Amino acid sequence: MGFRKCFSMALSSIINNKMRSFLTMLGIIIGIAAVIILVSVMNGLTGEVTSTFQEMGTNTITVSIRSRGTTKKVEPQEMFDWIDSNTQLFTNVSPNVTLSGTLKTSDSGDDSITSSCTGVAESYADIKNLEMSFGRFLQYIDCERELKTCVIGTYQALYFFNSASAALDKELKINGVPYKIVGVLEQTEDSTQSSADDVVYIPYTTAAKASVTSTIGSYTVSAVNEDVVTSAVTSLKVLLQDKIGDSDYYTVTSMLSMIDNMSSMMDSMGTVLIAIAAISLLVGGIGIMNIMLVSVTERTREIGIRKSLGAKHKHIMMQFVIEAGTVSCMGGIFGIILGCVVSFAAGKVLDMAVVPSVGAVAVAFFVSVGIGVAFGFLPARKAAQLNPIDALKFE
Amino acid sequence: MPPLVELKDIYKIYHMGDTEVHALDGISLTIERGEFVAIVGQSGSGKSTCMNIIGCLDVPTKGTYLLNGRDISGYSADELAEVRNKMLGFIFQQYNLIPKLTVLENVELPLLYGGFSDAEQRERALKSLARVGLDKKAKNLPSQLSGGQQQRVSIARALAGDPSVILADEPTGALDSATGREVMLFLQQLHKEGNTIVLITHDNSIAAQAKRVIRITDGHIVYDGPAMGDKRVAQQLRAGEEGA
Repeated sequence: MGFRKCFSMALSSIINNKMRSFLTMLGIIIGIAAVIILVSVMNGLTGEVTSTFQEMGTNTITVSIRSRGTTKKVEPQEMFDWIDSNTQLFTNVSPNVTLSGTLKTSDSGDDSITSSCTGVAESYADIKNLEMSFGRFLQYIDCERELKTCVIGTYQALYFFNSASAALDKELKINGVPYKIVGVLEQTEDSTQSSADDVVYIPYTTAAKASVTSTIGSYTVSAVNEDVVTSAVTSLKVLLQDKIGDSDYYTVTSMLSMIDNMSSMMDSMGTVLIAIAAISLLVGGIGIMNIMLVSVTERTREIGIRKSLGAKHKHIMMQFVIEAGTVSCMGGIFGIILGCVVSFAAGKVLDMAVVPSVGAVAVAFFVSVGIGVAFGFLPARKAAQLNPIDALKFE
Repeated sequence: MPPLVELKDIYKIYHMGDTEVHALDGISLTIERGEFVAIVGQSGSGKSTCMNIIGCLDVPTKGTYLLNGRDISGYSADELAEVRNKMLGFIFQQYNLIPKLTVLENVELPLLYGGFSDAEQRERALKSLARVGLDKKAKNLPSQLSGGQQQRVSIARALAGDPSVILADEPTGALDSATGREVMLFLQQLHKEGNTIVLITHDNSIAAQAKRVIRITDGHIVYDGPAMGDKRVAQQLRAGEEGA
């Protein structure tokens, strides 16, 4: 008796009991769909987060230094020299000095906004891939001469001047001090407050003077590529250890390691969710076992007839195991379809690239077949071990 | 050539609580090729147990069963299934057709388990159905046939595997007398064609249509001989019961 015959027997048995078969499958359908949806959404979410980080530059390393007296410090020039002498590791560096600024213009009267103003070097535009829509970015001369120039985002430009082009060469008062607007950045988001368009860049030398401590505590460094990020971090630590002498007073963080941390966090979250979904697969499997046991009892007489005609242990086993496997496998297919449909819908709703992975679908399919076979085994053995006369007498 | 069926001192003992019930109490009989034998007895006499043992559906507690000279007493469940498949054809009182399979599929079943190819199963099953005159009904479900037709399907199924022995357990029990007669005529026809038939019945008039009658009472053989002689034994038994 071949596999094909068993399979067609299983199919006709499923078709003869449509409602029951469907309810039996339901556990598997829900379990498989849940697994696929969770895997897809987690993948989409991870992709989204990763690409957000990547936009910020995967080659970027952030150095922050807390002041430790006057002698143990790093001058910006020392930092620049270090970067210049390690061109195999680094491409650029920019100091970062962050100020909170109240922004006004001479025409705006009492109307003001508060933005974070960042003091940077001219290299910052390359590190962060900033694009100008009007004017220019800060230049070496701005930093060298501590000029009162600034580059603003579209939020500030639209707020004070109604258009990006109108802002150019106007005057912006930061904490009451007038700065000349030399450039307006390209819009990257939606020009609202706190978005990536809500930025003001001024020369770091100017910013350092304007800040309370007058020190430069933070640097943004870009590595040559992702592969050397780790050695670049080590190299920076060597310099800082030499200059400052205590690792408690500085930190060196690469964007890449943050992405790694993020992904491993997402991974473990995903594992927990999938483990929960797997429980519903287990319940589904028990449902199949239950219905197969009922089916064996119902068909005791049929089993008796088959045995009297010469069906062996393996024939009856095969019939019931394949039937359980088929029910479960059909449930798996419906679950995969449902899971994919819901995943795509979720992707649309969440506005994310949620794509069910081929791996997840394949695993889901084989798991569902495996569940059917595993949970069909016990009822099938019960059927195969029936005594032919008792089975024939069964009413 | 050994006898086809040879039972030697067969016991079948059931334990019901503390008491032992001897369904068969030392039965010995032989059936030769081409015989038409009726095993007759009242219900509870042990005739069904006897038929189950001859049919390899059950194993004796004690004794030797030689089928075609082979001792099958020690056979495993799968080996017995093989013997049933190759050597025995069953006709049951309740037809025992599988209701959701078509007539053809039902007749194909023993061939399916016998390992025949799909084409061969179909060919042999159709031939067998033609013998009982039901090849036109091959695609029907059993429930669409009359009782007599269903019993003929079950005969076709019994014949399909070309068995050495056909075991008919009360084949007319569920049929009206006219259809019952038809079935009996058909069995006699099969006997004439050289088949070995063992008929189990409680009905003396049905048993009388066989060439040889074996009468079982309380697990013992009380008569084994030509059908003519059984009539007297049956009368004696009845007289004994009435007298008691």
